[in-house]
Amino acid sequence: MAVGMSENKKDHAALADEFNKDEPRVDWHDQTLWWIRQKRDKAAHQVPDWELLRDTASGIKDNVLSNLSGYLQQFETAAIANGVTVHWAADAMEHNEIILSILRKQGVGQMVKSKSMLTEECHLNEFLHKNGVEVVDTDLGERVVQLAGEPPSHIVLPCIHKKKEEIGEIFHEHLGTPAGNADPQFLTHAARLHLREKFLTRRVALTGVNFAVAETGEFVVCTNEGNADMGAHLADVHIACMGIEKLIPQRRHLGVFLRLLTRSATGQPITTYSSHFRRPRPGQEMHIVLVDNGRSTHLGRKDFRSSLKCIRCAACFNTCPVYRRSGGHSYHTAVAGPIGSILSPNLDMKKYADLPFASTLCGSCSNVCPVKIDIHEQLYKWRQVIVQEGYAPVGKKVAMQAMNWVLSHPAVYHTAGRTGRWVMAHVPFTVNNGLNAWYKQRDMPPPPATSFGEWYKKNRRGHE
Amino acid sequence: MNSRDKILGTVKNNQPPLRELPEVPAGGGSGDLAAAFSTMLEGIGGQVFLVSGYDRIVAILHEQHPDARRIVSGCPELAGFAEVAGHYDDPHALENVDLAILRAHFGVAENGACWMTEDQMIERALPFITQHLALVLRRDAIVADMHAAYERIGGMGDYGFATFIAGPSKTADIEQSLVLGAHGPRSLIVFLLDEGVSDAGYY
Repeated sequence: MAVGMSENKKDHAALADEFNKDEPRVDWHDQTLWWIRQKRDKAAHQVPDWELLRDTASGIKDNVLSNLSGYLQQFETAAIANGVTVHWAADAMEHNEIILSILRKQGVGQMVKSKSMLTEECHLNEFLHKNGVEVVDTDLGERVVQLAGEPPSHIVLPCIHKKKEEIGEIFHEHLGTPAGNADPQFLTHAARLHLREKFLTRRVALTGVNFAVAETGEFVVCTNEGNADMGAHLADVHIACMGIEKLIPQRRHLGVFLRLLTRSATGQPITTYSSHFRRPRPGQEMHIVLVDNGRSTHLGRKDFRSSLKCIRCAACFNTCPVYRRSGGHSYHTAVAGPIGSILSPNLDMKKYADLPFASTLCGSCSNVCPVKIDIHEQLYKWRQVIVQEGYAPVGKKVAMQAMNWVLSHPAVYHTAGRTGRWVMAHVPFTVNNGLNAWYKQRDMPPPPATSFGEWYKKNRRGHE
Repeated sequence: MNSRDKILGTVKNNQPPLRELPEVPAGGGSGDLAAAFSTMLEGIGGQVFLVSGYDRIVAILHEQHPDARRIVSGCPELAGFAEVAGHYDDPHALENVDLAILRAHFGVAENGACWMTEDQMIERALPFITQHLALVLRRDAIVADMHAAYERIGGMGDYGFATFIAGPSKTADIEQSLVLGAHGPRSLIVFLLDEGVSDAGYY
């Protein structure tokens, strides 16, 4: 087990090992996500100025980060003028306390919630549960994982790791659907009936925020299911929670981001609903909670701040060869995948020291990112910071120290090469075993007969 | 120091030097926008009818939703066909609506979305809680893309709530199998109104 992980916690490699035990499932997971990646490509290629759109989105977000304090104040002023109550939360605990106090003031012990990765990051559900509040997640995928007692494994497709038969079983147990029925149409209809009752009876609804407009104080929530709207428009109190980086300067900038978001996420031209909330409806209370939770610190990290431009489309998940073959839960954090691997170490460098290493650095993530975050370069930079700060996983640390010694001693390097080739040729079982991480799922390649140095000495020296 | 001031202070301290805002691409596109809109919307599970007037809308809705019992509309022209109310005290009263027929401002050709503001919804909940939804917009009220859409919205009045609706409510959360009718309407019909057309049916 890696150093830097707290006790009883497994790191990405160990958790990926568990996921990899079921090879057909890994293949299925891999292919499903790759199919979504292909849909993204098709949608992107249909937009003539796709690259210009990415550049523009990236530029707008650069401007936002460079004037975030100004935009936050502008947004606050506009939202208050719209009749919205604005709260500020320095960290997850303060965020959770704010939500609880709103619920307590209403004398309410139940709430519906649409998808919000921020509340996952803050572990809101567990906190409210401990305080006697029942939260019902209303996004179908989120409801599935909630009933299963698991966190979402993907920020856009929360139960992408689950087979329909497993979902059928969960619904049979919790919603009373017939045993053995795993038909998606049937199960979705069962969830529709089950959740409609919740929408109609809950007085408080919490939603996430996709974009918040500094100019107007409005915020936009995107869903395909309509669950955010069903919750918000039927509730007496609507609470919207957002990270401070969700701001955009002006409403017309939404045109840029709404064109990019779903095409990057699932290959759809737009979500079914892109709802613009500006004022509470008459008689309704509307709250916005602006959450920092490490973001303002991250803004000060020159090499890493651009990860705050993320619009949570998950294109980098779907394209990542490591994510597709290790599953979202192996990242042990609310936002998994490549982007989560550069956001999480900021929150807790020790706890998430393993994540920047859960990558091949192939760069596919950066290529698909709609706001052009240099994700793979930041993964590489985090590795260096993590090693320097002494949080490197122990196996890596030993290997790197040994490599450092070998590479800085030419005689040792040449001997090591010869030894390695001899070992591979004569006693391959000493490296083809479970102690060698590179041996998992593959054989070591046949060793070359000679090193390049030896070959050069023999064949080319004389020709110079 | 309270959290607000603490957050704003750290943000101000840590934010990089000012970067200029880039130009937003201009809205554009030409050709038969209504045809492009229809193709797109049908591709995401909606239906589009080009109609000459409300009589035709009623005929089509009779055909498409023969079992609808409670029908609510924001169009006074449909008073004989639907319950036309200006306001409901409680959105929960809309729980059993089978079909809602509402006006929308305009459609977007590139994604099949229709823009509607709350004054067109009767109640904010209605376009979502109804089992089936039909939207009425003018045939020439189609813009090419989202940039053009926001240019148009910028020139319109203020709203407390507004939304783009593109197709029926849907989900693919179970093994990526597309199912129409997640929490909102199970179907969406958009009527493109043009008094000059002969009623040919589907667009």
